[in-house]
Amino acid sequence: MSPVFYFLALLTVAGAVGSMSLRNPVHCALSLVVAFVGLAGIYLGLGAQFLGLAQVLVYVGAVAILLVFVLLLTRGGEPEAEAGRVRMRWLGVLLAMAVTGVLVAALVATPLPAPRVEPPEIPTVRSTGEALMADYVIPLQVVGVLLTAAMIGAAVLALPERGGRGGREEPRGGAR
Amino acid sequence: MAETLDQLFIRILHVLVGLFPEGLQPAVGLLVSLGAVLAVFGLLFGLTTVCERKGIARMQNRLGPNRVGPFGFLQFVADGIKTLTKEDVVPRTADRVVHFLAPLALLVPVVLTFLVLPFGRNMVILDLDVGLLFFFAAGASTELAVFMAGWASRNKYSLLGAMRAIAQMLSYELPFILSTVGVVMVAGTLSTVGIVERQAAAPGEWLARWHVFTPWGLAAFVLFMIAAFAESNRSPFDLPEGESEIVAGYFIEYSGFKFAIFFMAEYLGMFSSSGMAVTLFLGGWTAPVAFLSWVPSWFWFFSKLAVLIALFIWVRGTTPRLRMDQLMDFAWKFMLPLALVILPVVAVWHWVGGGWRGWLIGGPVLVAAYVLLGRALVGRRRIGPRVYRYAGEGGA
Repeated sequence: MSPVFYFLALLTVAGAVGSMSLRNPVHCALSLVVAFVGLAGIYLGLGAQFLGLAQVLVYVGAVAILLVFVLLLTRGGEPEAEAGRVRMRWLGVLLAMAVTGVLVAALVATPLPAPRVEPPEIPTVRSTGEALMADYVIPLQVVGVLLTAAMIGAAVLALPERGGRGGREEPRGGAR
Repeated sequence: MAETLDQLFIRILHVLVGLFPEGLQPAVGLLVSLGAVLAVFGLLFGLTTVCERKGIARMQNRLGPNRVGPFGFLQFVADGIKTLTKEDVVPRTADRVVHFLAPLALLVPVVLTFLVLPFGRNMVILDLDVGLLFFFAAGASTELAVFMAGWASRNKYSLLGAMRAIAQMLSYELPFILSTVGVVMVAGTLSTVGIVERQAAAPGEWLARWHVFTPWGLAAFVLFMIAAFAESNRSPFDLPEGESEIVAGYFIEYSGFKFAIFFMAEYLGMFSSSGMAVTLFLGGWTAPVAFLSWVPSWFWFFSKLAVLIALFIWVRGTTPRLRMDQLMDFAWKFMLPLALVILPVVAVWHWVGGGWRGWLIGGPVLVAAYVLLGRALVGRRRIGPRVYRYAGEGGA
């Protein structure tokens, strides 16, 4: 538990809190990015270099961009004046406290494993790659097929409907 | 003598770091190296802007800057003083915090990419096991900064520019990363230092084993460079800042020093992409032929870098801007499939052990893929002389 860890933990928590409590949705997305970066820093501090950098590449480079794209395409990025006004506030507080209670009870009841004496070896990219390509190759392939199916489904949904009424040609750019 | 010259900068660093107490030495070493990188590439940035303006001026039959200093080469000093002393204007409706943070969020990741580039033998700041991934992770973070700049300005043109930039950078990131996978497959490591060392000439051979000397390496190098042009938003992929369409794109509402940071980040991104191309495909700091290996390693790196920068300037001076749909078609329908074709070719090359057998199998496959994909991209459109139609002629 070094000062660096505490700094990163604070950064992550602050980002997460900001992503919930800020009014402007784009600010929330950017605040979430701060949490992603803090999490990646914690991974790096634990010696998981591949995981930490993949976290930056995927979450900061792709997921965050997707988020802001969706926000801009659906809401125009303008904060609504009445957004965040919640009715039945007390019900929400009660619910949150109940969930917290259940989680804390579960945490307290769980017996922690005895701390290991020898430190586990730092994983290298080579060991990560060998684990993915040899031990866990079938789960990896299944995930790949699943993601491909999801992508094809999204493309099918987004395609303009052929035939039917109207059935106008998709305007295409070309040599005019 | 050659050895001394080769390790000159490393020795200077050791002497400098030695002046500090034991506990501070790693931090001081990192700071001094980072300062040196910033100074060298900052100066290179200034000189490149002058060379670019003069070079493009020559291509367009103009003179270019020729007033400040000898042959106008001190123009960048005057420009720097001008941008530093200009007023910093922030639009009244702008989102002030995000508007302020955007240039920083752009510059920091770009500077970080220089940490893993090996400039010479032993001259790398961070020799990471996952150096290549670090480079791409830092590069991917710049897209968000571009969005922040475009969105926070509350300006239609800047938002359009940011959207264009994100669409373009996301699309070209795929071929950018995929074209390097072949190199990783052959080198068996993600460490930039390891990749460079593998490309040095083996004892007894006269020619170095640069990856660009193989069929897949040549194809991947061309793909990587095209994607690097797009990633750094430079002509012919300068739609995000197309002056004639959206004025200056995502940094239209920035002035003074903040504008200079955007300008600098673009050039630094171009340098780091070129440096990575040199590292992956052109042998990094290794000499092209074995009998020239007495020349200092950093000299080789920076001369290769200079050649690639000249290529960037040359292309900017000679190509027109693409249209958005052409840009997307080119990335998804041509570069991405070609980058995927390269992977099995690399595997076959590795399996037959390279040499003439590898050329015999890999060369035709890549040429066929290039021709077929190019035909498919053009489609059934006929390319002929352009026909102009005017309003009022009773169009189609």
